[in-house]
Amino acid sequence: MSTVKLTVNGKAVSAEVEDRTLLVHLLRDHLNLTGTHVGCDTSQCGACVVHIDGRAVKSCTVLAGQAAGANVTTIEGIARGDELHPMQAAFRDNHGLQCGYCTPGMIMSAIDIVHRHGGELDEATVREELEGNICRCTGYHNIVKAVLDAAGRMKVAQAAE
Amino acid sequence: MGMEGIGASVVRKEDKRFITGKGRYVDDIKLLGMTYAHFIRSPHAHAKVKSIDSSAAEAMPGVVAVLTGKQIVDDKVGNLICGWAITSKDGSPMKMGAWPAMAPETVRFVGQAVAVVIADSKNLARDAAEAVVVEYEELPAVADMPSALKPGAPQLHPEAPGNVVYDWHIGDEAAVGAAFSKAAHVVSLELTNNRLAPNAMEPRAAIADYDAAEEHFTLYTTSQNPHVARLVLSAFYNIAPEHKLRVIAPDVGGGFGSKIFIYPEEMVALWASKKVGRPVKWTGDRTEAFLTDAHGRDHISKAEMAFDADHKMLGLRVKTHANFGAYMSLFSSSVPTYLYATLLSGQYNIPAIYAEVMGVYTNTTPVDAYRGAGRPEASYLLERLVETAARQFKMDPAELRRKNFITQFPHQTPVIMAYDTGDFNASLDAAMKAIDYAGFPARKEAAKAQGKLRGIGLSCYIEACGIAPSKAVGSLGAGVGLWESAEIRVNPVGTIEVLTGSHSHGQGHETTFCQLIADRLGVPISQVSIVHGDTDKVQFGMGTYGSRSAAVGLTAILKAMEKVEAKAKKIAAHALEASEGDIVIENGEFKVTGTDKSIALPMVALAAYTAHNLPDGMEPGLKESAFYDPTNFTFPAGTYICELEVDQATGKTSFVNFVAADDFGRLINPMIVEGQVHGGLVQGIGQALLEHAVYDGNGQPVTASFMDYAMPRADDVPSFKLSHTTTLCPGNPLGVKGCGEAGAIGASAAVINAITDAIGNNKLEMPATPDRVWHAIHGNA
Repeated sequence: MSTVKLTVNGKAVSAEVEDRTLLVHLLRDHLNLTGTHVGCDTSQCGACVVHIDGRAVKSCTVLAGQAAGANVTTIEGIARGDELHPMQAAFRDNHGLQCGYCTPGMIMSAIDIVHRHGGELDEATVREELEGNICRCTGYHNIVKAVLDAAGRMKVAQAAE
Repeated sequence: MGMEGIGASVVRKEDKRFITGKGRYVDDIKLLGMTYAHFIRSPHAHAKVKSIDSSAAEAMPGVVAVLTGKQIVDDKVGNLICGWAITSKDGSPMKMGAWPAMAPETVRFVGQAVAVVIADSKNLARDAAEAVVVEYEELPAVADMPSALKPGAPQLHPEAPGNVVYDWHIGDEAAVGAAFSKAAHVVSLELTNNRLAPNAMEPRAAIADYDAAEEHFTLYTTSQNPHVARLVLSAFYNIAPEHKLRVIAPDVGGGFGSKIFIYPEEMVALWASKKVGRPVKWTGDRTEAFLTDAHGRDHISKAEMAFDADHKMLGLRVKTHANFGAYMSLFSSSVPTYLYATLLSGQYNIPAIYAEVMGVYTNTTPVDAYRGAGRPEASYLLERLVETAARQFKMDPAELRRKNFITQFPHQTPVIMAYDTGDFNASLDAAMKAIDYAGFPARKEAAKAQGKLRGIGLSCYIEACGIAPSKAVGSLGAGVGLWESAEIRVNPVGTIEVLTGSHSHGQGHETTFCQLIADRLGVPISQVSIVHGDTDKVQFGMGTYGSRSAAVGLTAILKAMEKVEAKAKKIAAHALEASEGDIVIENGEFKVTGTDKSIALPMVALAAYTAHNLPDGMEPGLKESAFYDPTNFTFPAGTYICELEVDQATGKTSFVNFVAADDFGRLINPMIVEGQVHGGLVQGIGQALLEHAVYDGNGQPVTASFMDYAMPRADDVPSFKLSHTTTLCPGNPLGVKGCGEAGAIGASAAVINAITDAIGNNKLEMPATPDRVWHAIHGNA
């Protein structure tokens, strides 16, 4: 057992976990942040994507201990109070989700995609970048639309700041 | 339509919780004192369980119990059932082997559970499972249907000699024989419909909580139909009487059919919870999903069609072998029979059809309904056959279809179905226009100049949805009725709760069902909430599958709504001193027509509950319920056209365009309908190009993770151009047909027809991987 201290969604947290505990299980089982999901055993599906120090990471591939001292953001931490993150709003407005299970990971990956490309995205790039996130419901059509829409919104939001 | 009424693309009410990480799926739930189950599963496809030594595991700290198949059988938990009785040609009932929730003696597929460890944590349960020693005696296994049907093949169940479950037929064999004898042309095709793994993104999970003082169970489960689960667990599996068993299906992360069925894991969790006196949670991992979620499809078929000299269809003869895996899953028997062969007429006027279906046991995961369930197999077979015929006749495939379309309705097919309405030319026209069909030859030439093989493929599908008229399915062997229930509660302050037996696991019912209420009453959807997925809240229901929730579930809500409106009008008329017949409902107000007198819905509701001044003899309250049983299936239909290019050097396929023109009748929420089509199309494309659940010759699954089974990713598939043509369904007052499965039913034939068109070789099986396509191009397929 080890004590892991890290920052999650802006709050300092500490948890006593077995050394083999994955970050996703620290979040879900110890911190009750159940928005981060597990959809496979092989780091393929991306339902568990969170941000570690601003970068999208599959939290099932990271030991909790490896995240010690890191700044972790989950799906629960991206809205500002009642104001949705532009990516969240774009997923809703474009019907980019159905059952909702892959959605948190999709949104966290998509935010990172927009950041890395500086908001300059086209459909082919979004599709290639989403390779690591599997959705069984939407056929990706509206997810791609949502990401492109959000890229525009995030640019506007950034310009306003 | 109002801003939020029927026909409006209202943004979904349920989305807020999903996009903020506040969805509540079964694995998100924790109960006090909860234990965790880990199943010990057979690594062999066929074996005797010689012994199970759990002594070391039971001695490990944190281990609560190790329970075995023998114990669950000794405790008289019932064997799993198959709920649709199919009768063979010779009049004999289908032949089923027993399926205990955990195997006491014999395992028949890799992944079948033999024991379960219950422990204080997931990790402890998993560790302890490693310490349980199971001794097996391996038996010879059969992994595919040809092997299973060979004389002398290993036998799975003594009840089913030759591994045959049934040998069923439908239609008029003599009439088909006569059609072929006078045919000018005969076209034949042999094809395989590849086995698929459903792969809802949320793995199945269950939490069972037994309350000893009340002798009451609560089951949280990933179910598309919690009431059916309770019925089966209670009536057949001896878990508890219905009033002592509450089943809750909270947010469920996709189903596609695979979460209709009641699986061994739920049964074991319930039974174990009582045994250990604590809540028991099981959450499947992805490999368990591949091993134990019912698979889909897996047919081998031979089809022949007879045409006259004018290329009019005269008759269709089909022989299909359907793989059921090692046990008969809940609705498996109906899928390759009444959900498949009854759709073999497609959109065409075929005077005579005869189909034979043999159901076969193999040492593989059980097979049951997966999105479309039988109808994709029928559509794929027929649309490949028609395309093959057009090529043989050197005719435009659109023209051959048009020549044979059914144009008069109602139309009785030779295989039970009575199509109520449709306009197949309209959807074909719409799709051809959308893809610029006329311009294709020029595009093909241009692609050729670039060294690419370009092809175009059509698929004109029809499906039977709105499952289903109870009397009809009962006469065909179904064990249940397939109506739906609804209850509408108008609260004293005028807010509305709609209780439904449908279950939403991605379909958006929390929005679309509110839209009906908004449409009828003129109230905002924010004043309406949908209650579903809990047997304690909703009295009964049949759940969501078979594209039935709008046609059957929403119609039940409409029927209840009509009763609410009738009573509310009486109350309003009494309050306004007007005649009941003069009351109209507009914008949440009950108005006396032609006057400025009105009373708002909240005041009517309040009057109903204060009961200070109701019409004489009227009961207080404003709450009504209805059961709705459809009178016929509904028949969504449409045309999909795929245009693609094939790289000759690699066999890789690239989409150029994919268009869909569907007739779903009235659309409640076009945005949600289109989302359903997108998802279905990608499942159909996935089957055509990528997906295949593969076993080796010994019955070992070789595609049991996302690293081995090719799920469609965003960069494998195109964006789509959708359009709608509309004939209103006459069978229900809303005129809706259902849209949940169409994409998966129609897409795969369009893709394979396009590839075979591009490469000029009709012999190509799904999934059309680059390897297979390359070999087909180079002539040694």
